[in-house]
Amino acid sequence: MSARPPVADWFTDFDHLSPQWIEDPFPIWDQIRAKCPIAHTERFHGVFLPTRYQDVRDIAYDPQRFSSRRVVVRESYPIAASAPPITSDPPDHRAARMVLLPAFTPKAVDRLEGRTRALCNELIDRMLEKHAAGEPVDGAVDYAQHIPVRIIAHMLGLPESAGDLFREWIHLVLVAGIDDSQSLVRGFTEMTGYFKKVIAERRAQPGDDLVSYLLDAEFDGHRFDDEHVLGTMRLLLIAGIDTTWSGLGASIWHLAGHDDDRRRLVAEPELIPTAIEEFLRAYSPVTMARVVREDTEFNGCPMKKDEAILLSFPAANRDPAMFPDADKVIIDRKENRHAAFGLGIHRCVGSNLARMEMTVAVQELLKRIPEFKLDESRPTTWSAGTVRGPRLLPLNIG
Amino acid sequence: MGQKKILRVAVDRELCQGHNRCQKLAPDLFVLDDYGLAQAAGDGIVPAGMEEQARLAEANCPEFAVSLTEETKDD
Repeated sequence: MSARPPVADWFTDFDHLSPQWIEDPFPIWDQIRAKCPIAHTERFHGVFLPTRYQDVRDIAYDPQRFSSRRVVVRESYPIAASAPPITSDPPDHRAARMVLLPAFTPKAVDRLEGRTRALCNELIDRMLEKHAAGEPVDGAVDYAQHIPVRIIAHMLGLPESAGDLFREWIHLVLVAGIDDSQSLVRGFTEMTGYFKKVIAERRAQPGDDLVSYLLDAEFDGHRFDDEHVLGTMRLLLIAGIDTTWSGLGASIWHLAGHDDDRRRLVAEPELIPTAIEEFLRAYSPVTMARVVREDTEFNGCPMKKDEAILLSFPAANRDPAMFPDADKVIIDRKENRHAAFGLGIHRCVGSNLARMEMTVAVQELLKRIPEFKLDESRPTTWSAGTVRGPRLLPLNIG
Repeated sequence: MGQKKILRVAVDRELCQGHNRCQKLAPDLFVLDDYGLAQAAGDGIVPAGMEEQARLAEANCPEFAVSLTEETKDD
């Protein structure tokens, strides 16, 4: 990422790519929420940042005024790529979404649990081998980043070994591509070429996989052409992978730094699903954008047509008006109406899958490696952009 | 003549987006359709002993789609 002009102040000149934001955004959001709850920046052609739960909720519930046609804020938009239904607005949104939902119900996701558990154990085996050989181990690089990518590949009927390729594209599109158009175009073009081939293959010879299902699917008389299916594959790949690995990585990061919480979950594994909800709240990985359709006013803020809004579910989930002790991570928090998977019609379609993957991955890790800590002799790094999670997570294990 | 309290759960189908928190927290009180959208199981009446589950389902719905009502009925 290129060097960026320093931020003058967080209320009128915020920059979600600044090093301070990337390292620790929480005090920034708290400051904005307390003083000027909807911040603005002229950067990125004009962006608003609501930080209160209620404002984030109201915007998410108002697709008439706030469009989803661009869900990532970038320096430039060289490609108008749709990824339905995440980039769809009503009325097109409904069919694109409904057709996907059956593939991601709890029942459908349960069928992937065995494979996920086996995969986690394969990765842990390798981590333990590395550790035994005296090599350093990393919770993100050796563990978290492999899980969602291989499960999505499995769902799409693609070889799990394609995972490295997928991660490369995600990096180009979501990280490098935010301020570098060439990276974005390259990642996008390679991904599109690969998926077009897959679609042609499945048209010719359908299998028991999500691509074949979508090519044949129908909702309310709508069928979906290759371009639509291509967009949805793009979505599943981009939205389903670094998001979950970020949420899982942040959970492991928390457990590495909090012996009391980690030991409690080792002793009380039945608490893990509740703890995962709290990690999702406190370290929500995903911020989605909206586009202002027409000049409007929202809670006293005049908004101009085509300005963007960073819909910060992570900041909303830290709002003390909604969550008591919002700044504390309470692993047995019972009432947790968090918005990590979004609110309203764009609720993350893969939320059941993400929850299953995070839960299984933490269960297996704590079972096999109950003692681990951050290795402070190596750097821990966090992603830049609108998906937040650790990218290097060096651990001392055992 | 005594009075009996009846607790009932309901899901607002207009608000439910299929987060599935209710069904996870109270699997006997909610059912999901083929799209993963929730509704109350049967008539929504909460059997004795499941009050806490019902309360948690209500308190964890991100869309405020789950409601819990108390009715009083003569025995």
